[in-house]
Amino acid sequence: MALISVKDLKTYFHTRNGVVRAVDGISFDVEAGKTLGIVGESGSGKSVSQYSLLGLIPMPPGKIESGTAMFDGQDLLKLSGEKLRKIRGKRISMIFQDPMTCLNPYMKIGDQLIEPLLTHFDISHEDAMKKAAQALKNVGIHETEKRLNSYPHQFSGGMRQRVMIAMALITEPELLIADEPTTALDVTVQAQVLDLIKKLQQEINTAVIFITHDLGVIAGVADEVAVMYGGKIVERGSTDDIFYNSQHPYTKALMASIPATHAHGERLYTIEGLPPNLTKAIPGCSFAPRCGECEDYCKTTKPELEVMESPSHESACLKYQKEHRA
Amino acid sequence: MLKFVLKRLLQAIPVLLILMTLTFVFMRAVPGGPFDSEKQAPEEVIAALNARYNFDKPMHVQYYFFMRDLVTGDFINWPSFKYSNQTVLSMIAPQLPRTVELAIYSMIYALLIGITAGVIAALKKNTYLDYGPMSLAMVGVCVPSVLMGPLLALVFGVWLEVLPVAGWDSWAHKILPTITLGSAIAAYVARLSRGGMLEVLNQDYIRTARAKGVPENKVILRHSLKGGLLPVVNYTAPAMAGLLGGSFVTETIFRVPGIGRFYVESVFNRDYTVIAGITVLFAFFYIGSNLIADVVTVLMNPRLKFGAKT
Amino acid sequence: MSTEVITSLEEVEEGSSLWTDALARLKKNKAALGGLGFVIFVAIIALITPWIAPFPYEVQNLDLGAVPPNASNWLGTDVFGRDLLTRIMWGGRVSLMVGVIATAVSLVIGVLWGSIAGYFGGRLDSIMMRIVDTLYPFPFMVLVILLSVIFGRHIYLMYLAIGAVEWLTMARVIRGQVLTVRKQEFIEACFSQGLSTWRIISRHVIPNVLGPVIVYTTLTIPSVMILEAFLSFLGLGVQPPMCSWGSLIGDGAKYMEEYSWLLIFPGIVFSSTLFSLNFLGDGLRDALDPKASKD
Repeated sequence: MALISVKDLKTYFHTRNGVVRAVDGISFDVEAGKTLGIVGESGSGKSVSQYSLLGLIPMPPGKIESGTAMFDGQDLLKLSGEKLRKIRGKRISMIFQDPMTCLNPYMKIGDQLIEPLLTHFDISHEDAMKKAAQALKNVGIHETEKRLNSYPHQFSGGMRQRVMIAMALITEPELLIADEPTTALDVTVQAQVLDLIKKLQQEINTAVIFITHDLGVIAGVADEVAVMYGGKIVERGSTDDIFYNSQHPYTKALMASIPATHAHGERLYTIEGLPPNLTKAIPGCSFAPRCGECEDYCKTTKPELEVMESPSHESACLKYQKEHRA
Repeated sequence: MLKFVLKRLLQAIPVLLILMTLTFVFMRAVPGGPFDSEKQAPEEVIAALNARYNFDKPMHVQYYFFMRDLVTGDFINWPSFKYSNQTVLSMIAPQLPRTVELAIYSMIYALLIGITAGVIAALKKNTYLDYGPMSLAMVGVCVPSVLMGPLLALVFGVWLEVLPVAGWDSWAHKILPTITLGSAIAAYVARLSRGGMLEVLNQDYIRTARAKGVPENKVILRHSLKGGLLPVVNYTAPAMAGLLGGSFVTETIFRVPGIGRFYVESVFNRDYTVIAGITVLFAFFYIGSNLIADVVTVLMNPRLKFGAKT
Repeated sequence: MSTEVITSLEEVEEGSSLWTDALARLKKNKAALGGLGFVIFVAIIALITPWIAPFPYEVQNLDLGAVPPNASNWLGTDVFGRDLLTRIMWGGRVSLMVGVIATAVSLVIGVLWGSIAGYFGGRLDSIMMRIVDTLYPFPFMVLVILLSVIFGRHIYLMYLAIGAVEWLTMARVIRGQVLTVRKQEFIEACFSQGLSTWRIISRHVIPNVLGPVIVYTTLTIPSVMILEAFLSFLGLGVQPPMCSWGSLIGDGAKYMEEYSWLLIFPGIVFSSTLFSLNFLGDGLRDALDPKASKD
């Protein structure tokens, strides 16, 4: 039984320049304690899809057109603001990309840390502070007394992200959504933060949705991977399925783009062309203009996800689907 | 912190000195002798006046006396030029409190109305609750006190006859001058609050607060106000300047017996010592209020308070 | 492969420069356009006043005295029998002139000061801005009043005094802009391409600084006009029989009990002009700031 089950989520933005189909019908499940990685370029809809679940999309101009998101028997997309708020930060937490701007510069770290506790639980200030101190230790920050009374600008980027993680996990949520948490960090710090998330996840048995554009990161953390392009999921499967047996040209292109996969002196690979204009309805596959393996029918037929070799593996490439059926 | 205050004080000193010197130059630079208007007076009287005011001494000596009096605060005992039985102090002492009172009321009015309007406008952006207050704010900017004062007096004093328009005796007397003096400032405060709040509400850390499930009213009050109202704090120093300049006009319109109006009268009366004395007083007030505003700004911003490391 | 990609894309988005974008945004702002129209109208009237004013502004007609609006004096007359419409027109000339000239003075000084400080940075910047910081708390009204007593009440004095104060804020604004632009990466890119300093300044720095300068200038003119009105109201500005909108309002306030039109008409004209300039300035600011959006 999946912890959270999203079906056919569509989020559009109604702007002056047209309707932007940021998320155009995606479905995914996450099991308790497992990690789903969502990969895609900027503009693929990966962040918007998760913000939609928690009601963090500005509602004009954004609108959740359709879909369901079942969590513990409730449809998150239909919940009232107040009910959703009770889940946010308590049972489903989120951490964001840029730790420099995500903490309130005018509030002490301690006050920010205990806020989820004070908001969602009946707990005294003192007890909350004790938990906050413990939470800091869990993320590897010691000298808790001093740190709790400090302000964000007195911390480094890596430490701030740890604080964010502590803040998100302090309520021991069932699901953690991590939106590119390591993108803004140095490579060495990245590794530490990823290990930290993994460790805490195991301790609390939290499910994680990990959003990133970095395939290398996904390989290390995810059990399942969903690849997004143009507001849709184009391929989905276990980490092994995706990395060793990719069935979609876009995923393959992404992997080929990793510099490390090329020999020294070899020309680097780039995906030609630009991401699609999401205000235009696209007949056929949205990746077609840039696809190296594009066939004629790709431009006219809208692809849907279809199961490939292993039951957990789905791809939305018409060509590979044809080959599989054959 | 202390270092900061000291540094600011040091910076303020050159300004004071320049202004004091200018005042001295002004007193000397009046064309003709200062006693031109009393040409009919006999020689001995003029000589006595000259001696009394030190006009018979060489320039640098006069300058020395002048500066000494200013620095020691003794200038308040200068005799008035026009009313020889009065000193600067005796003339301004009764009036100063009235102006201070007017200034305080106006500031409170401006901050209350301005901040409320601005914050509401920001929260209800692009609705009538935004356009309404902001249009009123525009009126505050475009109908300056020189015009607003007489108009208010005309409507409420002459046509409707509900409020008095001259003097400072009852609480009713204080209403129109406060509104007149405070409205322009309220208008700026409203715009600054709206702008500041909008900017803060767009920040990532507000999204973080919402993601934590913090109820919306707390998001606004606890998380946004401090940062959003920072521009207003920055504005208080120029605002006090506005109050000062505005008081000349507002007190004149409503015949409030404060030092703003008195200053203008002294200028017309050519009461030099009083003019010089009040000028220096203003300078002190100005510098002082700037300093306080700077200190408050630093206090409100933890980054400045503790020195940014990253 | 690449040609295939480009031709197969549905369309190529037209890039637009900052100025064309700004102009488009401005055109949509009705208040700003209205403001611009009114300002132009007032300016034209002010320019041709000597030729079209219905009456001379200083000739008194004491038998007539103050009369309300009628067929021959459209806006009525003042207590000396002078036509109000004429006096408002002449007053406009003075007020607008003070506004424009004083702003121009502050603009020139402020831009020079601010750009030099911002561009060269370092010690020069520190010293120059320290001077600005020191002069900033100067009580302006006090200064002008003092000067007016010494030098008699000449209108040119006002230009000077006002310009002498406003340039400070202008310098700060300009310096801030120049600093921001200078630090941006595309300037470094220009350096690395070997462009000469002059080229960098004229082609890249100035266009980016111009935006805030235009906005600020448009918003300074009304402030200056208000300052002039304050002074004239107190009797320290223009001297009779010359008039400005400020002095007209002052006279009107004196007689408003019996002759309220003497206050109301100059008041309407004055605040309409201020409204127009402010709407225009706000509109320019919204149009030129690419990040500012109303949505």
